[in-house]
Amino acid sequence: MNRYQKFKVGWVYLPLGCWLWAPLLLFLLILAALVWRLANPPDSDVQSAMVGKTVPAFVAPAAVPGKPAVTSGDLADGNPKLVNFFASWCVPCVGEAPVLTMLKQQGIRIVGIAVRDRPAELRQFLSDNGDPFQRIGSDPESRVQLAFGSAGVPETFVIDGRGIIRMQHIGPIEADDVPDLVQAVKDAR
Amino acid sequence: MIAEAGLAALWLAAALAILQLFLAFGPSPVRAVAAGPVRSIAIVEGLLTVFAMAMLMWVFARTDLSVLLVAENSHSAKPWLYKVAGAWGNHEGSMLLWVTILGLAGAALAIFSRRLDAKTLTAALGAQGALALGFFAFLLLSSNPFARLSPPAFEGRGLNPLLQDPGLVLHPPTLYVGYVGLSVAFSLAVGALITGRVDSSLAKAMRPWVLGAWIMLTLGITAGSYWAYYELGWGGWWFWDPVENASLMPWLAATALLHSINVLAARDSLRAWTVMLAMVAFSMSMVGTFLVRSGVLTSVHAFAVDPKRGTFLLALLAIYVGAAFVLFALRSGKLSEGPKFELVSREAALVGNNLLLTVILGIVFIGTLYPLFIEALTGAKLSVGAPYFNAVAGPLALLLALLVCVGPLLNWKAGSGEKLKRLAVPALVGATVLVIAIFALPGDGILSRIALGIAGMLAIAAFLPLVGRKLRRTPLSTWGMVVAHFGIAVALTGMAASTMLTKEVLTAARPGEQVQVGPWLVEFESVTPTAGSNWTALEAELRASRGDGVTVLRPQARYYTSPPTETTESAIKTVFSGQLYTVLGKPAEDGRWQLRLWWKPLVTLIWLGGALIALGGALALVGRAWRGWRRAVV
Repeated sequence: MNRYQKFKVGWVYLPLGCWLWAPLLLFLLILAALVWRLANPPDSDVQSAMVGKTVPAFVAPAAVPGKPAVTSGDLADGNPKLVNFFASWCVPCVGEAPVLTMLKQQGIRIVGIAVRDRPAELRQFLSDNGDPFQRIGSDPESRVQLAFGSAGVPETFVIDGRGIIRMQHIGPIEADDVPDLVQAVKDAR
Repeated sequence: MIAEAGLAALWLAAALAILQLFLAFGPSPVRAVAAGPVRSIAIVEGLLTVFAMAMLMWVFARTDLSVLLVAENSHSAKPWLYKVAGAWGNHEGSMLLWVTILGLAGAALAIFSRRLDAKTLTAALGAQGALALGFFAFLLLSSNPFARLSPPAFEGRGLNPLLQDPGLVLHPPTLYVGYVGLSVAFSLAVGALITGRVDSSLAKAMRPWVLGAWIMLTLGITAGSYWAYYELGWGGWWFWDPVENASLMPWLAATALLHSINVLAARDSLRAWTVMLAMVAFSMSMVGTFLVRSGVLTSVHAFAVDPKRGTFLLALLAIYVGAAFVLFALRSGKLSEGPKFELVSREAALVGNNLLLTVILGIVFIGTLYPLFIEALTGAKLSVGAPYFNAVAGPLALLLALLVCVGPLLNWKAGSGEKLKRLAVPALVGATVLVIAIFALPGDGILSRIALGIAGMLAIAAFLPLVGRKLRRTPLSTWGMVVAHFGIAVALTGMAASTMLTKEVLTAARPGEQVQVGPWLVEFESVTPTAGSNWTALEAELRASRGDGVTVLRPQARYYTSPPTETTESAIKTVFSGQLYTVLGKPAEDGRWQLRLWWKPLVTLIWLGGALIALGGALALVGRAWRGWRRAVV
């Protein structure tokens, strides 16, 4: 009846054909890959390669009348600060605005870069949601944004007094993030 | 108190699982008397898990913000239905649902499988207890759904708006019943390997479980596909997303198992193979759960990632699947081969089905994990998309569909020659239809054309097993097979037709402008703000007509306040011949709006086909249960 003779050794049946172990071996291979993945989690956000480097030279003209423009030189003025990329067309930025105001009240300097925005709407946005910015530069073609290695709005960078990017925060700043950011600005001194 | 009661029930159930394990696999004097107690314990354990789940749903229904999980995932201003369904719209709750279904499956196994020999049943219940114990430990030690928050939150943080949809109410529970229902097949296979009794009575005991789980998986995948189709606003019905694949892989394994189990039941053949498939099917469920819950693969199902939980789940996976495969290697040598069969026979056709399904499963598996393997070996990052899956799995799936035309007509063992001769004429006609379909139809895509041809053939061939039978006396399970196979033809038609004939328009339009898409003339009337209980939205008014009356569609771009999220709510008009699918996109700077419009002919057939396949399964299940019940009574 059987193709080959079978022997029983204790509880185990012999011969143990190679193919009987195939599922186990395959599974172990997959397991190894999964273990590796757990040990090296994927990064889903696009982290800027600029973190730790000096801000590239740029000039962002004044975005609204009455607010000074932003240049790379302004960022290396000896004071650590936040650079916030935002826009009036960006809905999460509305949610972020009160948190930025909170940061300003804690004495954090914030410089804004308005990405692909227009003055009239920007002015409306600032009067609706508050204006925590020392300066606001206009970045109509996302050039400054790309120079920072930023992929979306809102994003916020911690810059130290020498104009070096210390940290990148992707997405809106939420109330939970405030202590970390305040600490990062302090550390950047 | 409610939360504490739920937690206590979970601990009790875990303790019972330990006892169950000890009784089933303990020293032989214990095992000798274990049969009765193990069954009672399995039933009580099932009831306790149901109780715990009910408690969680209760705290969600009341929005009890002193429970951490509720505070993090619910909101008092949410519609009632979504509050309750929110109980499983998060990691902890969905794992509790998983465990609840596992417990229920164990209880049902104890209640309904009395005809199986007592030793195998006891060992199977022991295996089920071992599975339950691991997942109880996972819940209690790393994902406690009942943890308190002190002081209570002022307001909940809300449920991900994408999940605030009737889909959430149905999609996870059906999929989970499918996933976890396969655990019974797994436990039975383990039990039978331990006792060495792999025969047709095992197949008959296993079949209703596989069938039931498979029906739910089919429904869950179909519903999930439709949900993604209208909710994500991308207009596609299958994205080969890792989490979609994670649900497809157990389905493929279960489909293969469903067919091989019939060979084991009827002919006592394919013993080792069926046992292995039963193990693979549930292993795929666990791999799927791990992939989804650990967040190791990038996917639209971006659940919260916690490395500790991932490690825990992976350890469980390693223990269960590893142990099962070791058991298989050591014990399946005992299983003799069943009776031989001819190349042209029902058995051979089912073996063909199994081989094709297994290869497709392998293709999906490799495609899903390939980026991970490559990154582990070389560090390069890549993604595997639809072109690979369609090109590699597509032709094999079509070959399988072709086999479905013939397989059910063959006899068991041998002597199918006569039947095949009678088949010659219809097959010739079918082949002609196929060729005409391939060359005559408009649109592009050779695969879709062939698919359409095969679907047409299968739509007819599916009914051939009924020819020459007395329809009234045909068993319900045969009707089930016919309906399910016809469902494949229907779904295939939908897939091929919508792929070939879809018209897509991406445009920026001002209110007042008109856009033509396929046979539809769509007039963009206006965009107006609107609001619901926890969202605000911009809503477009589109007037669509095909020369006969006007249909108004109102796609929305929604903004949810808690948590802040934007979603697009597509508006879909279903007519007999297909669907008009509209999405409102972003405003452009000059007062124009992005509009995405699709005319998708016959696309609804995809989900109708899926439903028919599940219905066929249900007919077979009812038919078999009915026959079993009558036999027990008479």
